[in-house]
Amino acid sequence: MKQSVAQSVANRLTTPLSPLRNLFNQGMTSLAFLLTIIGILPLVSVLWNILAKGFPGLTVDMFTKEIIEDGFANAVVGTFLMVGIASLLSIPIGIATGIYLAEYAPTSKINRTIRFLTTILTGVPSIVVGIFTYDIIVLATKELFKFSYSAVAGGVSLAIIMLPIIALTTEEVLKLVPTTFRLASSGLGGSRFQTITRVILPTALPAISTGVLLAIARASGETAPLLFTALYAQNWSENLLSPIASLPVLIFNLYNDPDPVKSQLVWTASLFLLGIVLVVNLPARLLTSRGR
Amino acid sequence: MSSPQNLFVPTPTKNNLAGRGNSSKTDRDDRSFRYLMYAASGVSVAILILMVWKILEHAFPAIQRFGLGFLTAQEWNVTDERFGALPLIYGTLGSSFISLLIAVPIGLSVAIITSEDLLPQWLRTIVAFMIELIAAIPSVIFGLWGFYTFVPLLLPIQQFLHVNFGKSIPLFSTEPSGSGLLTAGMLLGIMILPTMAAVSREVLLVVPGYLRTGSMALGATRWETIFRVVLPKAFSGILGGVMLALGRALGETMAVTMVIGNSENISPSVFAPANSIPAILATKFAEADTDLHIGSLTYLVLILFVITLAVNVGAIGLVRLVERSGKS
Repeated sequence: MKQSVAQSVANRLTTPLSPLRNLFNQGMTSLAFLLTIIGILPLVSVLWNILAKGFPGLTVDMFTKEIIEDGFANAVVGTFLMVGIASLLSIPIGIATGIYLAEYAPTSKINRTIRFLTTILTGVPSIVVGIFTYDIIVLATKELFKFSYSAVAGGVSLAIIMLPIIALTTEEVLKLVPTTFRLASSGLGGSRFQTITRVILPTALPAISTGVLLAIARASGETAPLLFTALYAQNWSENLLSPIASLPVLIFNLYNDPDPVKSQLVWTASLFLLGIVLVVNLPARLLTSRGR
Repeated sequence: MSSPQNLFVPTPTKNNLAGRGNSSKTDRDDRSFRYLMYAASGVSVAILILMVWKILEHAFPAIQRFGLGFLTAQEWNVTDERFGALPLIYGTLGSSFISLLIAVPIGLSVAIITSEDLLPQWLRTIVAFMIELIAAIPSVIFGLWGFYTFVPLLLPIQQFLHVNFGKSIPLFSTEPSGSGLLTAGMLLGIMILPTMAAVSREVLLVVPGYLRTGSMALGATRWETIFRVVLPKAFSGILGGVMLALGRALGETMAVTMVIGNSENISPSVFAPANSIPAILATKFAEADTDLHIGSLTYLVLILFVITLAVNVGAIGLVRLVERSGKS
C-alpha cells in the first residue's frame, strides 16, 4: 500500500510538464521578451531619427545667428537663461522644503499635509502651470509695468515645475542619512542648525545634486509652460523683460514650416536639445542606479 | 577604575544648562533657520492654493453661463460662443485610455523581464535603464518624431484596417489621415511606458522571495507563479503605477497637440481627428479674447485639474497602501 503511494508520487515527480503548461510557460516568456523589445524600439528610433536628420545640417553658424537668420543662438541663450532663473528660484526653496519635511517633525500632521500638496503639485499638468504663470505674472506685469511676456515669466513657470521635484527628492535623500550622524552631532553639542548645515547636508549633497540635475533636465525640455509666458522671438531679446525664444518653443513653432532651411533648423535644434537633456540626465541616472 | 566616585562628574543644574542658553547666537540661528525652512515649505502650498483660486476665478463666467451642462454639451463653437466640453473630455480620456492599452502590457512585460531571473543582471540593468531613458526625452521631440516618423509608419496599417474592416467595425469607419485619436493615444502610450515599467518593477522586486519559492515548490511553473502569486500580491502597487501613468497621459500637451488632429468632434472611429484639453489650451488659449471664451477654456483647465487630481490622489493612496503593507 505504502509502496504504491510512494510509487505514484515518484511517477508524478518524474513525469514532464503537460505539453499545454509547457507551451504556456514558453509562450509567455517569448511574449514578454517580444513586448520588451517593442518597448525599446521607439527609443532607438527617436534617437536615430534625430541624429540622422539633425547632424548633417549642423553648422557653426547656427550657434551664432538668431532664428530669423536661420540659426538658433538666441533660442539656446533663452533656454539657458530661463532654466538659470528657474534654478535660482527653485533650488534654494526646494532644498529648504525638503529639509523641513525630513528634519522637522517628519510625521506631524502639518508635515504630511505639506508633503501631500507638494506631491499633488508634481502631478499638475505643465500646460496648467503655464496658464497659471501667464495669469499671475504676465497679466499682472502688463498692468503694472507695461511689459508682458518675458524671460522672467518663463523662468517662474519652469521654477514651479522644478520646485516640487527638488523638494521631494531632497526629502527622500535626507531620510537616508543615518540617524547616528544626527545623534553624534547633537551629542557633541551641535544645534539643529549646525547639525543640518555641517553634517547632514554635506553627507547628502551628491544625491541632492542628482535630484537637482534631473529637475534641470526636465525643465530644459519643457514647452507647454513657456508658450504663454516667454512666448517666442525671432531676434535677440533686448533684456529679461521682453519675449524670448527657447529651443522647445522653436521646435514647436517651426516643425510644420514649409521652408526646408527652417525644418533643418528644427531637426538640428532637436539634436542639440536632446544632447543637453541627455548630457544632464545620463550621469545623474547612472549615479542613482549605481547607488541601488 | 572601579570607583566612579573619584571622578568629578558635573551634575546638570539649572545654572549649568542655562550656560548653553547663553550662547544665544546659536539659539537665534537655530530658530531663524527653522522659520526659514518652514516658510520655504509653504511656497509650494501657496502656489497650489493660488492656482486653484485663480482657475476658479477665471472659469467663473463660463461656470455661471453653462453650469454643469458644460460637461455634456457636444458643441465647441467659437463664433457663436457656444461651448461644450464633451468632445474635449472624450479626446482626453479616449487618448489616455488607448495609451494605457499600450503601456500596461508592455510596461508589465518590461517589469517582469527586469525583475525575474530570465536575463543576467547586467542585461536587466541595461533594459531598465533604456526604458527609463524614454522619460528623459522632451515631449516636443516625441511630437516631432510622431509627426514625421510614427504617423507615416502607422498610416498604411490604418488604411489597411479601414479598407478591410471599415464597413463592419465602426472603430475603423473614417478614412485615416495619419493624425487622430489612435495615433495620439499610441504615442502617449510610448511616453508613459517608463512610469508604468518603473513603478511595477519596484513593486515586483519587493514581493517576498518565499512566496515565489513556495509556489514553485508546490509544482507551479514560472508563469503560473507570476500570474497566480506574484501579480496578485503586487496588484495594488501595479494599479498605483497605472494611475500615475494615467495622470501623466492626461496632462501631456505637446506631443498630443502635434498628432491628434486638433478638431473638436466626437466620432466612433479611432482614426478621426480629435482634440484633448491640454492640446486645445496650447493652441487656442492665446487667441481667446472674449471673457466667455477665456472662461470656457479655464473651465476646461478646471476639469483637467480635477481629473488629474483624482487620479493622482488615487495613485498616492495606493502606493502608500503598498508601502504600509510592505513594512508590516
